[in-house]
Amino acid sequence: MADSPAAAAMIEVTGLAKTFKTKRGTVEAVRGLDLTVRAGEIVGFLGPNGAGKTTTLRMLTTLLEPSGGTAVVAGADLLREPTEVRKRIGYVAQTGGTDGACTVAEELITQAELYRLGAAEARQRCAALVEQLDLTGLEDRYVKTLSGGQKRRLDIALGLVHAPRLVFLDEPTTGLDPQSRAHLWTHVRKLRDELNTTVFLTTHYLDEADALCDRILIIDFGRIVAEGTPEELKHRISGDLVTIELAGEGDGEKAQSALGDVEGVRDATLSGKTLRVVVDAGGQQLMGIMRALDSAVVPIASIQLARPTLDDVFLTLTGRSLRDDSPGSGAPPQPGDAGGSPDDAGNPADSAAHDDASAPSDATGSPR
Amino acid sequence: MSLASTLRDTRLIFRRQLRLSLRNPAWLIIGVIQPILYLALFGPLVKHFVSAPGASSDQAWRIFVPGLLVQLGLFGSLFVGFAIIAEWRAGVIERMRVTPVSRFALLFGRVLRDMIALLVQSAILVLTGLLMGLRAPIGGVLFALAFIAVLAISMSSLSYAVGLALKSEDSLAPLLNSVAVPVLLLSGILLPITRQSAPSWLYYLSRINPFRYVVDAMREVFVGNYADLTVLWGSLISLVLAIVCIMLGVRRFQIESA
Repeated sequence: MADSPAAAAMIEVTGLAKTFKTKRGTVEAVRGLDLTVRAGEIVGFLGPNGAGKTTTLRMLTTLLEPSGGTAVVAGADLLREPTEVRKRIGYVAQTGGTDGACTVAEELITQAELYRLGAAEARQRCAALVEQLDLTGLEDRYVKTLSGGQKRRLDIALGLVHAPRLVFLDEPTTGLDPQSRAHLWTHVRKLRDELNTTVFLTTHYLDEADALCDRILIIDFGRIVAEGTPEELKHRISGDLVTIELAGEGDGEKAQSALGDVEGVRDATLSGKTLRVVVDAGGQQLMGIMRALDSAVVPIASIQLARPTLDDVFLTLTGRSLRDDSPGSGAPPQPGDAGGSPDDAGNPADSAAHDDASAPSDATGSPR
Repeated sequence: MSLASTLRDTRLIFRRQLRLSLRNPAWLIIGVIQPILYLALFGPLVKHFVSAPGASSDQAWRIFVPGLLVQLGLFGSLFVGFAIIAEWRAGVIERMRVTPVSRFALLFGRVLRDMIALLVQSAILVLTGLLMGLRAPIGGVLFALAFIAVLAISMSSLSYAVGLALKSEDSLAPLLNSVAVPVLLLSGILLPITRQSAPSWLYYLSRINPFRYVVDAMREVFVGNYADLTVLWGSLISLVLAIVCIMLGVRRFQIESA
């Protein structure tokens, strides 16, 4: 970002590209990607399958050599000093990376030694991480006997064993039950809040990006198509939605014309007695809407303000839903604290904010 | 990458792999039992075919046991590629490749484990052979075990390279079988392929097979001929093969993708 000094940038990517040669010709998986991640941020990297998400992540973690562009990751040049990058970053792959026949402590200590920590230091880090990620008492258990949530926490502990300043999490909560997800979110937030770790995560769950990320990058066809805070993105793409239930049958058109003059109202569509009004910022325009309706003498039965979800944003930007192929799972409950996404609470109607978002949704983040 | 840290990394990977092997020793045990079966069930027949009339029966063992050792080395090591596919699928390879650990160590730590396992199996095979009537000088046996160690390094490096390139057991199994069986037969493991015993096409075909020279060299050292041109060729070919295979394997661990 232009307003941050270069020294505070944890990832600085310019023109990153990757082309694969296949039998049917070359495939441009990533085409000239530019992105910046500041130190101490949790950044969500979103995109439909095949958008270039994983390819980008694999390039940034030194697993795949870029075809073009430059990148500085954690202060080291990705192309010239990959070993230095490896020393400074942590990476947690989607599939994890543990051997079922090893114990939790063995894996943690081996991993610490892979990062060239001494034996005593490795044991110390193992003990610290077991506590940090709630794995206490599981040290001598074989990895294959762990539950899904425990195994995922171990995967993350392995990525943190050398206390990196930057950690990449590839779909950290995919396949976890709602409780484990919420639990994991808490751990990720703690990384930022207590250790000032920068987190770069990909996710398939928009509610996760919404709840967890300070900033979101949306990639499609190998390019960044949008970026901003969850709030900015939702605001920019969709506005807020005010749903007004009119008291009388014949007032619809009168109400529509009255609202046309209200500042900040973008669009008002009528279906039956229900008026859907898209506004720039619902909190500010609500009074204006009510005054306009009042002076036009349109009685109303109810008025409700909802904010768009990232699902809506994503659909608008890419024309695709994020989770075409993910296993259906209900929306997870919000973690107990309020630090997540206050706007998620109490907007059961928000996925209906757009006509194209046809599937009814009982909460944010349900599969379409 | 300093030498010290490479050695340290190699030891780390070796220790981990050895621990995992000992935790599930079924394959090690199968690997020992198979050559003993060959020795017990096939060996008694061989001595009638191999020995010239009037020759002592222990000459047959000195021809047969080195062949079995090479067979053990080939098959025992070539199939380690299956294990690397399983590790790759579990994400272990990728997890380790993201760390600063030496790529050479990722390969060689595993290869060393395979080599040690093979040497133990080979030692058991030779001891069983001694019980059944094999007579060979101790120096020759040790020389032969050195050949086996180098062969193990080559074959398991190659197998890891191919396994990581294919990433599919379904592709690896037919490939290994279709290559290993002709290579095995053409190296004269079970019966020596000589100018006298073989038709000339078979003889010349076997001359282009590097393993043939290894088998020949091992048979020479088993009868105590160390300063021999056959032994020199066998040693050179073994070493060159090992270096090429290690380079292929390390390269795979460096570029392995997708």
